[in-house]
Parts: sequence; structure tokens; C-alpha cells
Amino acid sequence: MEKVEALVELKKNKTAMAGLILICFLLILALIGPWISPHPPLVPDPINRLKGPSWSHPFGTDSLGRDILSRVIYGSRISIIIGLIAVSISLVPGTILGLLSGFYGRKVDEPIMRGMDIMLAFPAILLAIFITAILGPSLLNTMIAVGIVYIPHYARIVRSSVLSLKEQLFVQAVRSLGGSNLRIIFLHIFPNTIPPIIVYATLGMGTAVLQAAALGFLGLGAQPPTPEWGAMLSEGRQYIQNAPHVAAFPGIAIFMLVLGFNLFGDGLRDILDPSLR
Amino acid sequence: MAAPLLEIQGLKTFFFTRKGVVKAVDGVDLSLNEGETLGLVGESGCGKTVTALSIMRLISEPIGRITEGSINFEGKDLVAATESEMRKIRGNRISMIFQEPMTSLNPVLKVGDQISEAIQLHQDVSKKEAWDRSIEMLRLVGIPSPESRVNEYPHQMSGGMRQRVMIGMALSCHPKLMIADEPTTALDVTIQAQILDLINRLKERVGSAILLITHNLGVVAEVAQYVGVMYAGYIVEYADVITLFKEPRHPYTVGLFQSIPKKKGSAKRERLQAIPGLVPDLLELPKGCKFQDRCSRVFQRCREEAPLLLKLNGSHQVRCWLYE
Repeated sequence: MEKVEALVELKKNKTAMAGLILICFLLILALIGPWISPHPPLVPDPINRLKGPSWSHPFGTDSLGRDILSRVIYGSRISIIIGLIAVSISLVPGTILGLLSGFYGRKVDEPIMRGMDIMLAFPAILLAIFITAILGPSLLNTMIAVGIVYIPHYARIVRSSVLSLKEQLFVQAVRSLGGSNLRIIFLHIFPNTIPPIIVYATLGMGTAVLQAAALGFLGLGAQPPTPEWGAMLSEGRQYIQNAPHVAAFPGIAIFMLVLGFNLFGDGLRDILDPSLR
Repeated sequence: MAAPLLEIQGLKTFFFTRKGVVKAVDGVDLSLNEGETLGLVGESGCGKTVTALSIMRLISEPIGRITEGSINFEGKDLVAATESEMRKIRGNRISMIFQEPMTSLNPVLKVGDQISEAIQLHQDVSKKEAWDRSIEMLRLVGIPSPESRVNEYPHQMSGGMRQRVMIGMALSCHPKLMIADEPTTALDVTIQAQILDLINRLKERVGSAILLITHNLGVVAEVAQYVGVMYAGYIVEYADVITLFKEPRHPYTVGLFQSIPKKKGSAKRERLQAIPGLVPDLLELPKGCKFQDRCSRVFQRCREEAPLLLKLNGSHQVRCWLYE
């Protein structure tokens, strides 16, 4: 019943649908990438360097003669995976910390939330650079770094919902039936915090993709020849005057994916947050 | 006579707030035999709910604390029980239903899952068995087509139905004592009668004793055998329901009866008598009797000495110097 209603709401919400279509488009592209990309993404072709868009290379070629369309398609797989993994890395510990912090309050809350405050005091990109610098530049470390950076955001969101949820009568009722604290936290309070988590995780996918691209751009993320969008953008920067397509297409791809997640996330918030109805 | 099921002696539950100590329950004595119903009456803020929560040991510590007294239940002092011992008692031996059926069920879980959980917390049964028993409980509390209702979420039910579900949950493990904290206050009048009737019927069937908390004397007359009248943290009068309704002794109880509207045309029309004044601030209780400022029959001794619970004939007890 409830799920069906939510789907109907979703169809009515134009923003969410636009976002969903963008995400689905890129997701399908990522899934069928190997079968539709016209050229192998990693094989250089020194004769056709920095060629503009043409029939054989619709997005042109880069400084090593690699087909940019193929690289963008392969890059979509990397970016979506980065988004998913980075969000999971921040979501799971963030949610657990937020649940414990909000529920127990005081002695548990103070150390956790002050720790989160310290993490929030650093600009996100600076903290991510710091973490990748320690772990060493690689795609995996990018995901870990971006994931860690956003833990406090989830912790805060979950904590604030827990603060109001734990005062509700049903918590008292479960306790009066003999439920333990852990049961109350994970079986009764947690399911109620899922809607805000879904909204924030969707928006967070966009942010994570952007952050990962930024790290790639700075050379701290995926290493060549991986077709990561941020790294491609960074490489294209050198040729921006003579061959702007090298940077433009990966840039547009990042833009589309992030826009898709942001629109979808905003739409979901409208649907799931009853106070905005 | 066998030992009572529940015996509370000198219970004091205080809340230590920034403004000072709130003596929410200040010396309550109660006893309740198996299968009996005791009504606890009083106006808002007199400590009825805190008494109930103290029995369940659900006072939110460290702000609130049971500072004195004992709560004997089935020969065990609940005040001294550990949290894990209490968890085995809650829902199993003593259960509770709350005033607000709209918010006392978890909105994101199916009612069947919530009743099953209550059963599985205390009984070693499979998920399937618990689910079947949830359907049985729903049927018992009079919910039509329980096989499909069990799959519904609380928001798909009305207030009266949710209260039925709560009662089903509370009785699912056949507790010896059920505490009903204003179970009908949030419901409309026709549903109130149905719920009271249901509680009465199930009590017979399950054999639970009931501690019924209410501010409605009509509800008490309907279901209770004994009544305790509470005022500002203690019991001011205790009697069986007939005695109390026939000859209320404490000026506060008398005032309560006078403030019930009389039947139209039964006598000459008169103004409704309200008890003057308000419940005293629990932070600044007066010396002596707590009711002194509102009492029409106050005299010197009331201002100096707090009255003791005095025995009249039978079980009738009253906390007032007038009857010494």
C-alpha cells in the first residue's frame, strides 16, 4: 500500500523523474558500456592525437589518440561505483554513530559529536586530500577518503531524527514490553530514520562523485590510464585552447551524473518528508 | 488471606531538576490482589502516571529516581530488581497500555510484527507461531478480519483499533498485572465504552489484575473494585468502589464528586461546584496537608502537621485530620 503510494508520488514529481531519467540513462550506459563503446578506452593511437569530434570519434580523441566517447562511457562505470562505495563507507558508520549518539545522549553523545565537529571543521576537499595523502593515491583510497569525509553528515542527520524519535511513546511502549535498548535502537528507531537517510544518500552520491572527480583532477585519485572523469578533465586542461573537447566531454558527463542525483534527491525529499507536503 | 499480588509501600519517586526536587510521588501505599481492578484517580499532575512508571521501573534516570519505598510484586521487590530482571517482567508479568494509541505503535512496522515481537520477547516460539498468535490476539480484541489486518500498518487503523492492538500486545503473554494509563482518554465516548468493556472481558479471560489510571470517576465506577484517590503525590483516600461513591470522606474526594455534572432534571438545576484553586506547585509544597489551600474545612492542625493515612471501617482509609 504505502510503497505504491510513494511510487505514484514519484511519478507526479517532475524534478525527481528528470533526475531519475538522467541517472538511469548513465546507469544503462555503464552497464552496456563494453558492447556499445566504439573503441577500446585504453589503447593509444598516436596518429590520431587530439582530433576533434568526427564520425569515427564522436567526442574526438585525447592527447594519446584514445577515443573520448569510449573513455567517458567506461568512466561512468567508475564514477557510479565510486559514488556507491563512498556513500556506503560514510553511511554505515555515520548511521551507527548517529543512532548511538542520539539515543544514549550525554556521555556517549559528547565524544562522538565533538569528534564529528572536528571533522566538519575542515573543508571537505582538504580533509579528503589529507586522507589520500596518507593512504596514497589510488581509486580505492579516493573512495575511502570521500567516504570518511562525509561520515559526520550522516551521523548528524541520524542523530537529530533519533532525538525526536526516542521521546515518542512507541519507544516507551516497546520498553514496557521488555525490549532492550539495542532492540529499541536498531529494530524500532532505525527503520524510522531510513527516509532522511535515503534522501541524503542520494544527494550524497552526487557530492561523492564530484569529490572523487576533484581528487582525480588533482592527481590523487585514479591513476592513468584509468578513464576516470576527473583525471580526464585534468589531462584535458592542458589542451583547453587547442582541443577544448578533451576537457569538455568528461566535464559534461560529471555535470549530468551529479545533476541527476541532485534532482532525484531533491524530489525524494519532497516525497518522503511529510512536513514539506 | 494470600499475599497480595502487588504491594507498594511508602513509594517516593522524585525528579531532580535544575529548579529543584519535584516530589512527583511522595509516599504512595497500595495493594492489589490477583484478578482485582484498582482504579487510581486524580487530576493531571498528581503522580498517577509516575506511580505506574515506577512500578514498571521506566522512570527516566538519572533525572528521576525512586528514592524510597518498596514495590512487591509476586514476592519480589521491583525497586531492587536489576534492569535485566525487569526486562523479563515487563510485558511478561506486568504490561502497560498507554493513553495515546495514535503514537504508542511504531509507525513503520506492521501491527503483526509488533505483536509477534512482544510474544517472541518472552516466549520461545517460532516466528510463524508468534504470527499466528498475533492473529489470534487481534481476533480476541475484536478486530474484524484479523488475517488481513495483521499485515497493516498503524496509520491504516483508527484510534480505537490501535488501542485494541495495544491491549492485544499487552495481554499477549498473559501478564498477572496490566497497568492501563488512561486507556480511554484519547478516544471518543462510544469507543471508550467498547474499550472498557473489552478490558473487563479480557481481564476475566486472562485472569490479570488491573491497575487503572484515570481522571474519570465514571470509568472507575464501571470497572474497578477498589479506588485510590491521589492528590499531589500521595493517596488521600482509599476504599472499595461502593463505599467511596456512597460516602466519600476526604474533602478532595467530596469536591471531585461535586464537580461531576448531575443528570438533567434529576434535581433542581444548580451551578457546577468546582474545587477552588490549583494543584500546588510540586516544587514548593506547603507544610502540613497538601490540600490545605483548597480545602473548605481546613483548620489549624492541617497547616502544621501532614496528616497520616487513617483507617476508617473496613478497607476505607483517608488522609485527613478531620477523621481522627
